[in-house]
Amino acid sequence: MSGGVTLEQKAVSAKRGKRLSPMVYLLIAVGALAVLSLVRVLSGATDLTSSGTVQAALIAAVPIAMAALAGLWAERAGVINIGLEGMMVLGTFGAGYAGYQWGPWAGVAFGLVLGVVGGLLHAVATVTFGVDHIISGVAINLLAPGAALFLSKLYFADAPGGGQKQSPRIADAEKITIPGASDLLGTVEAKRWFFVSDLAGVLRGLTTEVSLLTVLAVALLVLTAWVLWRTPFGLRLRSCGEAPTAAESLGVNVYRYKYLAVVASGAFAGLGGAFLAVSSGQFRDGQTGGRGFIGLAAMIFGNWRPGGLATGATLFGYTDAMALRGSGAVHALLLLLGIALLVVAVIQYRAGHHVLSGVAAAIGVLFAWWYFTSDEVPPELVGAAPYVVTLLVLGLASQRLRVPRAIGVPYQRGQGV
Amino acid sequence: MGRFSVRSVLLGLVAPVGALVFAALVCALILALTGNPPLDTVDAMATAAQRPRTLVNSLNSATQYYLAAVAVAIGFKMKLFNIGVDGQYRLAAMLSAALAGAAFMDGVPPFLRVAMTIVAAMLVGAAWSGLAALLKVTRGVSEVISTIMLNAIATYLVSYLLNPARLAENVPGSNNIGTRPITEGGQVPGIDYPGSTSKIFGLVFLAVLVGVVYWFVLSRTRFGFELKATGLSESAAVASGVSVQKMVVWSMLLSGAVAGLVGMPQLLGSSHSYSLDFPPGLGFIGIAVALLGRNHPVGMAVAALLWGFLDNAANALDVSGVPREIVLIMQGVIVLSVVVAYELVRRYRVRAEQRDVGRALGRTKTLEEVSA
Repeated sequence: MSGGVTLEQKAVSAKRGKRLSPMVYLLIAVGALAVLSLVRVLSGATDLTSSGTVQAALIAAVPIAMAALAGLWAERAGVINIGLEGMMVLGTFGAGYAGYQWGPWAGVAFGLVLGVVGGLLHAVATVTFGVDHIISGVAINLLAPGAALFLSKLYFADAPGGGQKQSPRIADAEKITIPGASDLLGTVEAKRWFFVSDLAGVLRGLTTEVSLLTVLAVALLVLTAWVLWRTPFGLRLRSCGEAPTAAESLGVNVYRYKYLAVVASGAFAGLGGAFLAVSSGQFRDGQTGGRGFIGLAAMIFGNWRPGGLATGATLFGYTDAMALRGSGAVHALLLLLGIALLVVAVIQYRAGHHVLSGVAAAIGVLFAWWYFTSDEVPPELVGAAPYVVTLLVLGLASQRLRVPRAIGVPYQRGQGV
Repeated sequence: MGRFSVRSVLLGLVAPVGALVFAALVCALILALTGNPPLDTVDAMATAAQRPRTLVNSLNSATQYYLAAVAVAIGFKMKLFNIGVDGQYRLAAMLSAALAGAAFMDGVPPFLRVAMTIVAAMLVGAAWSGLAALLKVTRGVSEVISTIMLNAIATYLVSYLLNPARLAENVPGSNNIGTRPITEGGQVPGIDYPGSTSKIFGLVFLAVLVGVVYWFVLSRTRFGFELKATGLSESAAVASGVSVQKMVVWSMLLSGAVAGLVGMPQLLGSSHSYSLDFPPGLGFIGIAVALLGRNHPVGMAVAALLWGFLDNAANALDVSGVPREIVLIMQGVIVLSVVVAYELVRRYRVRAEQRDVGRALGRTKTLEEVSA
């Protein structure tokens, strides 16, 4: 069990402020898969790690990840953006409008442009006029769905195959499959061996019929991480979110960086909406269904970091996929949640937070008890999982979260103290 | 302070009026660009406004919006953002509807029954906002984030409970699902209005009462003073012995309790059951109305009436071929432009005051004197 020991050692050293190394992330991933596999064997819910679930999870995770990236760009520059939901709605409309006429990629581009419009609106309100960020976000969330529906009635009502509240069909983006690998992994997956088949299922999901949109999303994630953490531009942008007056004193044009960040945020949110519309084949009124907020949750879950938010988006996309499959597999998630909470309880106990540890353990036991005394989770409740998980993370592990310091603070040039 | 009256009243009005005019212009432009003559739209809305039915419905909508706005404003006064009014009122309306409609309530005297329903709704609302307050004071979680999450959880919880296997039943003759209808003893009768088939909600007086209490508590009690003081300067409040944590908990609980009332006029006055078509999104309208009315008891009432009128006049638009969503666009533009306008007026005031002080002192100092 040398793996377990290193894991613990690393966790202890991380508490002292050190970053986790890639090796540890790999170990955590392997550990998580092993637990998943164990739960699958115990509960017999093969859907937990089937390639179909992984594919569905990937499709569901992409718009959430884009919304989370959008949140990351804005919040790292110190601007709270709860208008994400509205900007995503604009993106879905844009994709519907251009997508059915000129193909999916035109849809993606036009969705991005409309997202930028939303971002600009937010930037003008918050950066130029110093309006409270939350208020501006709420206003955009009121405005955007109204505008989208207005335009939808205008342009889609008479279009062939369209309606008052939906666009005509959009062709899906190209999909790629790695030949050979898919079939081989499929055979292994069907064997239902402990761990090996689960790994094959996950890998097969990641190599079969992957939409180019997903590939693009992953590329954008990596690009964001590189730009924000590895370039002078990114350093300056983040400095606007930590200490704008200090940045100003070093000659950074804070207004310009905030504008760029919020516009980029709008672009990512628009993309998220466009991906959603294209992958589901059309624009529909109310299509986003709170995904902008789930993206926000994924970003917080991921501690305002690209790797973290990708994990959060994957996790929430996974829950989404499970709910869609509507199988007993969802029930197994209860046990997973219970186990995760007990792990949190142990970590918090070792850190000396005894009350917190007790609360985590109690909730964990509650979930485990729910698992053992019931046969299924009511389907209506599954959708709430991302929100519950985020609240639990905020409530039980918030001392590990690190919010950009100057977030939400109005900034005016020359007024800093 | 002779100038106080004229200039400050004018400045106070210029922001909301300017925002309304700006929003009307934006909408006129959008209508013109999309091939709908703006004047026809105004005409359709003006015609609708003259119908007694529109007036009654506007007042009824305004009643709900006002309650939501007060709930939001209680938080605003303390710089707390209760975005969760939306989830709080839906959960409260659903659970209190189930209680009020339950068979064992039939024997309870009418007054007591209505009171129990309302108190139950307030308790549920307060409990749901209390979760956010608890997370904020014990773990420092931003109430914005936690209430966004709680809103979503409330949505799923309501759809779980609103199931024939649990607290609801199928509504005969439709696909609708609702709680068991409240029988006559548990209802609040409406007020007839000549020329209209719909009645004014009896609980319009509840909204008035809440407004009066809100005004009284904020401007005439120690609690209200401490609430405003905490909102204006937390450090000053702490220095004068106010416990900020206690204020956070109390204001969130009060805000949630008022949020619980939002669904009551509709529930007890007309629908008599919580069903799938119960109006959603009132909490967000409350935010807009509170902003437009600047958290002032009378200002919010005017804003709520305006919002109610816009919503109900929108019904007339579909008939004349204009998409009714133009009203949603208008409302969104009003909110955005009114907050921008308030900020511009604030900046102008600061500058004007500085100028006045300079004039009172005879002249402004030169740069050399300042640095000397």
